[in-house]
Amino acid sequence: MDIEKNIKELSARLSYIKDIVAGGDSDNLRILEGKFREFLDREPGLSPPERQRQFTQLEDMFIFLEKKLDAELSPMDKVRIVRHPQRITLKDILENVYDNYTEIGGQDEYSIDPAMLIARAYISRKRGDKVVNQPVMVIGQEKGHGEEFRNGGSVKPWGNAKASQYMKVAETENIPIHAYVFTPGAYPIEDYPGAAQQIARNLYEMSGLRVPIVACFSEGGSGGAEAIGLADTRLMLSHGYYSVISPEGAAAIESGIRQGQRAPAELIEKCASDLKITAADNLRMGFVDRVIQEPPLGARPEHYEFFKTLRTEMIRATDEIVLQVRGVKLLRAMALRRREGQAADVDSLQVFWGLTPVQAERLIWRRYRKFRDMSKKALIDNSSVAGRFFSQASGLGWSVFSYFRHDFLLPLRKSVWRAVEDAQAELHLLKRKTITEPLRRVRDKLIRRSIDPEKQQKLTELSCPEEGVCLTDGGWNYLSPQAREDRAVTCTNAASHGCMDMWAPDLFGDFAGVCGHCGHHFSMEYQWYLYNVFDPDSIMEFNAKIESGNPLAFPGFDEKLEQAKKKTGKKSACMTFEARINGLKLVVAMLMAPFRGGTVGTAEGEKFIRAAAWARRRRLPFLAYVHGTAGIRIQEGVNGVIQMPRCTMAVRRYIEAGGLYLVLYDTNSYAGPVASFLGCSPYQFSVRSANIGFAGPGVIKETTGIDIPPFYHRSYYALARGHIQGIWDRREVRKNLYQTLLTMGGGNLYYR
Amino acid sequence: MIDVKQLLEEIKASPFEEIEVTAPHTGVVRFAVKEPGVKVVGPSGAHMEKPGTVVATLERERNLKSVYAGIKGDLARVHADLDGSFVEAGTPLCLIRHFLTKSEAIDSILKKVLHLFYAPERAKYFFVPDVDKKIKALGVRNVKVRDGMELFIASRMKRERPLAYAGPEGQIYTVYFQYEQNVDAGQPLIGVCPESQVGLIEDVVGKVQSEWEERD
Repeated sequence: MDIEKNIKELSARLSYIKDIVAGGDSDNLRILEGKFREFLDREPGLSPPERQRQFTQLEDMFIFLEKKLDAELSPMDKVRIVRHPQRITLKDILENVYDNYTEIGGQDEYSIDPAMLIARAYISRKRGDKVVNQPVMVIGQEKGHGEEFRNGGSVKPWGNAKASQYMKVAETENIPIHAYVFTPGAYPIEDYPGAAQQIARNLYEMSGLRVPIVACFSEGGSGGAEAIGLADTRLMLSHGYYSVISPEGAAAIESGIRQGQRAPAELIEKCASDLKITAADNLRMGFVDRVIQEPPLGARPEHYEFFKTLRTEMIRATDEIVLQVRGVKLLRAMALRRREGQAADVDSLQVFWGLTPVQAERLIWRRYRKFRDMSKKALIDNSSVAGRFFSQASGLGWSVFSYFRHDFLLPLRKSVWRAVEDAQAELHLLKRKTITEPLRRVRDKLIRRSIDPEKQQKLTELSCPEEGVCLTDGGWNYLSPQAREDRAVTCTNAASHGCMDMWAPDLFGDFAGVCGHCGHHFSMEYQWYLYNVFDPDSIMEFNAKIESGNPLAFPGFDEKLEQAKKKTGKKSACMTFEARINGLKLVVAMLMAPFRGGTVGTAEGEKFIRAAAWARRRRLPFLAYVHGTAGIRIQEGVNGVIQMPRCTMAVRRYIEAGGLYLVLYDTNSYAGPVASFLGCSPYQFSVRSANIGFAGPGVIKETTGIDIPPFYHRSYYALARGHIQGIWDRREVRKNLYQTLLTMGGGNLYYR
Repeated sequence: MIDVKQLLEEIKASPFEEIEVTAPHTGVVRFAVKEPGVKVVGPSGAHMEKPGTVVATLERERNLKSVYAGIKGDLARVHADLDGSFVEAGTPLCLIRHFLTKSEAIDSILKKVLHLFYAPERAKYFFVPDVDKKIKALGVRNVKVRDGMELFIASRMKRERPLAYAGPEGQIYTVYFQYEQNVDAGQPLIGVCPESQVGLIEDVVGKVQSEWEERD
């Protein structure tokens, strides 16, 4: 009976090997398969001891080959490992790593989203003779060994919302969070709360969570991974991957194939390798803290020793986080360090996982610093040493100045002014009652007042009748190159709304790119906004010398970058500057579509963070104007995707300091940036006819099979779904921005 | 009275519709297809988001526009002599011969022989209880209607109002709405025909069902 079971297991191992190393090392595989078949043929005629001996021989052969193949695994093989139905899942982890658990809000397909699994679990540790159960909130994607209803761990927006809800519960209960990332990416639909918007909210929440978070990555697919992956310690399984995009997606983009077509397998393999997605790559680049070694060819549910290691690592990581923010920790911290690399008994160490408010503050600061330092190696800052020193010094100077001016002097001045104003109001009332009103009554009785003729004219006539009707709009400060073409243009809505063709100089000149009939907004250059929204000559760019690079040495990308730089005259897709609107100063970070589609990489992220920090120091409102963004720059790999948590944390710091963070979308805004530092703003507006969303129609069809209706991502639908807070006409952006600056935002702004 | 058999013969003799594609506005026309007989398709996709075959382009003031086939069929005629010339709005460019499908042929016959009663507003429609009972017991074709007869209940946002049938007296031949489904204003609710023609229409529809040859 036992031998039958063992043969069955070997057969499963063989088919697993064949699935994983498709096309690779076929000779060895053939030999192994041949030997296995031979054994199966011979096995019925063998005596039990002989059968056992031959089986052991065969098993040794399996072990040998598995080790050999493991050493030769390509990045794409690792992708196949994490996607394999035999791969460990979160449920296996809950069963084998934790001492007890209760799943919350779901039972198989009966769940708001079966791809997101939440559980309250505990880990039992010995304290002398006593056993102490330390509770944790376990959150993660569940792939379910091929169960279809789990969507392979692709979490829908409401699944991520559930995760966010229970993160807050963990915060209330002051227990750590263990997040397990098992996702190929988020399920890209826009239904409320919306894929992008919910991931953004999750990131925003996690950046300020006051409990330790440990994340363990098995399959870290871009935005879906970030939704629960912002953690104090990030562990990664040795056969996992963490990437900005799936290798298939990257290959599709690189080869420029159309929807429904498949990229060549060699290109997919190459992209998997070029994107540097493996655990070793991520450890080297500093995006994960430690790698947990898996058995050869990846962990499967029967690898009980692996679960022990995982348990030790999770406990150790949680202990470390807590001890880092604790006052008394010396010996225990040393003990943890000494046990590095050993499956030592962390169970006997006494570390309470609850934090005091002060420790929680320290924890959040450490988390911010950790992510702030990530991807810095990939940054190209061409500023001179003196320039950098000046920038640091001026930042410090402004911090000190702002503190004295706004936090020290302003409250003092306000209290004095309030006292003076109160006194003035009292005096004014007294004067009016006793002197002014009696005198006016006497004067009105004696003198019949006549209205000033000039005033009368102003009130009753047009202000400049000799010029005809006074049209104040249309006098734009920027002439689009599109307006210099002598041609007619057809409105996108001509068929449905009956719009007449327009002459390009009219449309892109006087009409500011807005159809006079239906109001459709044609795309305009970002310069139009620079010249027409902000006060003339008020723009002062900073950090212009930070330059987009090719940190992964992605083949062919240097040339593409050079082309973009030459075409736009800019060094990155993000321009940061200080400007004024009707005299009100603000800081702006602008993502420009002409530069590589406005994609966000290390340079753009860093500029955005510095702009947010500058706005915080100067007590200025902060506007993210998104002329267009196609998402995270895939050629930068995780250097790009890590900008999602980095920038969101910077935004949170700014908002919590009392600032006003506004987002204005124009043209097309998709993917990572919307799913993080843009989508987390409480005040998101859109220029009419813009498209806002997580994934484009092609990706939605490819991943979900849904044919989305036309205009699915249009701003009005985004408004109806509650993703944005308003839609503005391009010609009124300046007016609306000014209005917004006066009516929204925290109290830490300089003009408040 | 309409001669239903004659109608069927007419449809059989010319089992297609001819749709003329005209220039939407002035401009210089260039034909994408110059020879008749070419097959074209109309808009497709789950949301009709993919336009049909480009039959020509029209350029006016350096604004090049495509003229698409609005329906599936064969190009019966192409005014290729106009290629490269300036045309006025409404100038015929080509003629698409659309071969009717079985259901289109039936619809075409029914549209001509039945009196359609349309929904006056967007609402859910029900038959009044008496009629409903009769339909359930005897089938829809055993219900006679006459002008002014209270026939429907229109239910909208929890408000219900009776709706009387208006039109010639006859028998209900077909019901176009479904239980608990909203019907847009202007959509047909029922098709009514004179009692004497019911059998005839059934025969003709049966013949179409069994004999109609679908063409690609």
